[in-house]
Amino acid sequence: MMTEKRLAQIKEETLARVGDKLNVWHELHHHEVRDKLRNVGKIDPMSIDEYIAKKGYLGILKATTMTKQEIIDELKSSGLRGRGGAGFPTGLKWQFAHDAEGEQKYIIMNADEGIPGDYMDRIIMENDPHSVLEGMMIAGYAVGATKGYIYLRIEYPDSKPILEKAIQDCYEYGLLGENLFDSDFKFDIELRTGAGAYVCGEETALIESLEGKKGQPRNKPPFPVVAGLYGMPTVVNNVETLCIVPQIIQRGGDWYKKIGNPTTPGTKIHTISGKIKKPGYYELPTGTPIKTILEDVAGGMKEGSEFKAVLFSGPSGGFLREDEMFRRTGFDTLAMNGVQMGAGGLIILDKSNDIVSLCRSFMKFNMKESCGRCTPCREGTVRMHELLKKIESGNGISEDLDRLEELSYYIIDSAFCGLGQSAPNPVLSGLDKFRFDFESKLYNFGEDK
Amino acid sequence: MSDFTISINGKDFEATKGQTVLDVAEKNGIYIPRLCFLKGINNEGDCRVCVVDIEGQARLKSSCKQEVYEGMKVKTNNAKVNSSVRNTLEMLAANHSFECWLCSREDNCEFLRLLKKNNVTNPIADDPTHVKKERVIRDDSVSLVLDSGKCVLCGRCEAACHEYTGLDILSINKRGADSIVESIDPLSIENSGCLYCGKCIQACPTGALSEKDAIQSVQAAINDEKKYVVVQPAPSVRVALAEEFGFPVGTNVEGKMYAAFKELGFDDIGDVNWSADLTIIEEGYEFIDRLQNGGTFPMFTSCSPGWIRYIEGYEAEYLDSLSSCKSPHMMQGAMTKQYYAPKLGIKPEDVYVVSIMPCIAKKFEIERPEMQSHGHRDVDAVLTTRELARLIKYNDICFRELDELDPPGQLAQFTGAANIFGATGGVMEAALRTVVEVLEGRTLERVDFEVTRGDDEIKEATLNVAGTDVNIAIVSGGRAIAEFFEILKSGEKQYHFVEFMGCIGGCVNGGGQPITLPEIYENINVPAVRAKGLYDQDAKMDLRKSHENEAVMITYDEFLEKPNSHRAHEMLHTTYINREFLKE
Repeated sequence: MMTEKRLAQIKEETLARVGDKLNVWHELHHHEVRDKLRNVGKIDPMSIDEYIAKKGYLGILKATTMTKQEIIDELKSSGLRGRGGAGFPTGLKWQFAHDAEGEQKYIIMNADEGIPGDYMDRIIMENDPHSVLEGMMIAGYAVGATKGYIYLRIEYPDSKPILEKAIQDCYEYGLLGENLFDSDFKFDIELRTGAGAYVCGEETALIESLEGKKGQPRNKPPFPVVAGLYGMPTVVNNVETLCIVPQIIQRGGDWYKKIGNPTTPGTKIHTISGKIKKPGYYELPTGTPIKTILEDVAGGMKEGSEFKAVLFSGPSGGFLREDEMFRRTGFDTLAMNGVQMGAGGLIILDKSNDIVSLCRSFMKFNMKESCGRCTPCREGTVRMHELLKKIESGNGISEDLDRLEELSYYIIDSAFCGLGQSAPNPVLSGLDKFRFDFESKLYNFGEDK
Repeated sequence: MSDFTISINGKDFEATKGQTVLDVAEKNGIYIPRLCFLKGINNEGDCRVCVVDIEGQARLKSSCKQEVYEGMKVKTNNAKVNSSVRNTLEMLAANHSFECWLCSREDNCEFLRLLKKNNVTNPIADDPTHVKKERVIRDDSVSLVLDSGKCVLCGRCEAACHEYTGLDILSINKRGADSIVESIDPLSIENSGCLYCGKCIQACPTGALSEKDAIQSVQAAINDEKKYVVVQPAPSVRVALAEEFGFPVGTNVEGKMYAAFKELGFDDIGDVNWSADLTIIEEGYEFIDRLQNGGTFPMFTSCSPGWIRYIEGYEAEYLDSLSSCKSPHMMQGAMTKQYYAPKLGIKPEDVYVVSIMPCIAKKFEIERPEMQSHGHRDVDAVLTTRELARLIKYNDICFRELDELDPPGQLAQFTGAANIFGATGGVMEAALRTVVEVLEGRTLERVDFEVTRGDDEIKEATLNVAGTDVNIAIVSGGRAIAEFFEILKSGEKQYHFVEFMGCIGGCVNGGGQPITLPEIYENINVPAVRAKGLYDQDAKMDLRKSHENEAVMITYDEFLEKPNSHRAHEMLHTTYINREFLKE
């Protein structure tokens, strides 16, 4: 059985053994913070002792002394919003699941990180796996769930053994199982892998997949918090959301609320790729201007590259032009410019990048990843891809651009789930902000209409 | 009782909690186009044809899924909705193989109707950049054909298969634009363990699923001077055929149907009703034999080939319980070729027997190797009720104007007991009329056995026959069959005689019957109305017991000797095959 005393003892022993390594100083850019990534590069992800030495499992320890409602209230006061892309308030989600009736409730960690260019979840899972397990335990305690599933994308073979080891260690240390911390709380975690479908990142499709069915989104309502896995109340949270929960419990919601942009408090891990000097992952408070991220944190454009645009959240996101670089990160602030912050991946484009072919390849991605359930997404993405291909190859006419726009709004209005509804985003954003790139490829470009 | 009002297109309508927008709209005569929705079967909101614009909602919603709420304001036909519906239909049309003149659903295609109603052109298909999806036609089975070129991926077949059979033979496989309706074994419907109940065909809004066409071969046989072509319609065809020609559901058009056969050029007309009476004699005496000599119980009827597919594929350990009788039309085919034609001086090899059936599994049944007598196929071709209607239309016969005809042939005479074979419980009732009289040696005053009637999927009763309590049950539809076998295996009750039908409601609801469009299906219990047509005809007849059929009894004197004789076994009985390998 794990107790407070035992945790403290493990901490002492481990600090005595490898204390120097755990407290090594990492040189960071002055804008960067390390809340979610606090243990990255310091602890050994395969060692539960080292996590405990870094104040690990004190969050769940504290949580078991609180009532369920107190935990949910703490989450609500922190203002934490889901980091998977939709930005739904986590405390509210837990409240719904807590209030829903069901003999069995479930916690699912959505680790089906599929957007091209995004790998923030992977960084967390492969460097600090216990933080997400602890987050799941707290979620389970708060909503009354006794079973947790990790839905890991199959394309992360390196994350799997690390998570498996972490789960196994938890059972050995009495952190998972029955009567945790001498209370009547019990919790189990099981790791499951997907089969490679992007749409399974959508929570209802993920649940279908977990149930062993074809990964296709379900009708909402009912929402998963009311009827999710096997028809029972289910909380589906993103990796990045869950990893910060233990610290919110330890340090309090007010601590978290003070960080970053008031409408999207906290930090966001951004993965930056493309024509930039220092590509990589950076944890930054929300509300950081895009310009700062690019020029200060990531070191500016590569030698010989001239900035063209930033692409947010890949095939479902949009472009930001040079004149929009003053925008600050956050779910609402970016939405004003027709861009979804999504999971926070940034791809930096320079003048050599072709917006049309980029839009086409993203449309191809959406087309291939469409589950095929609703007509607009299944057939509409194919048609848009055909039109984009036609324009890219120099055979397009100006009517095709109007048609692209019409189809985009058609799919956005009528598609079944988030995948379809956001599939035309890059095209709409491209047509809006880089229309000349499209027009200059038209067959009848420059002709008088 | 209404809970509140909602506004549709500016008008207020009463609504109840739990209703969908589509429910309220249809109740009040507001047209919302729809494709994938099929009441009680499929309600997934996938096709996005029934979308409506709801005030305060950013996106369009499927009206078949969207529940009403207080203060809801709905627009069903503003520019946004119309454009979305048109786009959806254009997308589907772009990949559709428009061969309407060849299609079995030419007259009642829901997709074509939607295209007409919404005035949809087909601009995408004309665009050279558009790559049409590959068309896959699966026609390995003798009963069912799957044509992806006409499929609109509505999922109604998948849902119908699940709902009616519980076997999930059909499903939409693959992902995205590659999605395709396939059977469990994608390469072979036959090996997938399909019952051939044909419920998927009837659920399909287009001609993507259809029976395997036998019209051409039948027409060729009629045109062949050397062939003596005999036609024989099943009991339930006479009450369903009418729907194809605009008569009200359930109208009995027996006389016109015979007249149409004559017009079509068939050389002789029989009626499977005749052999239904014959079946009762054979099956009845088989039952009496088992009862008196301690045979295997329960005894199962064997006239539904969908049911035979079920027991052979999924419950083969019970094959001993099956009656060894061939199904009526197979008996009739054998008797036509081996007894009736020689009587007329025609050689069996020159006879071509065409059965008109409410069923696509019958197409499979005639191909079974056991179904032959003295080297001649018992039946040469099966046309479904739908195919017969098409054949009549192809030949420009004005069906409504035909004068009724009463065929004189020996094999076209029947009693009321035969007529009710077409409905669930009918075989049981007909058998009881004979078995009770034979065993008790008295004449029944009332021949109606009410316990066998009604459209419940499982009906049970206990009857006292000559001092013995006989437990009977009547089961119809794949789902009910599975349910019944669970009851049977629990051993709670010893059953003596069980009637099984592959389709819910029996042959009146067979997979070869005319397509019932959703607007009729949702308002009328079509199988029940058709069944009523059969029972009404039975009630009007003078002779209502199979053993009173002189045309049947005389065959025992002239040819068959006695029920279950050696010759009867040769002609009228069959064997079964364990097909449990189809299970997985």
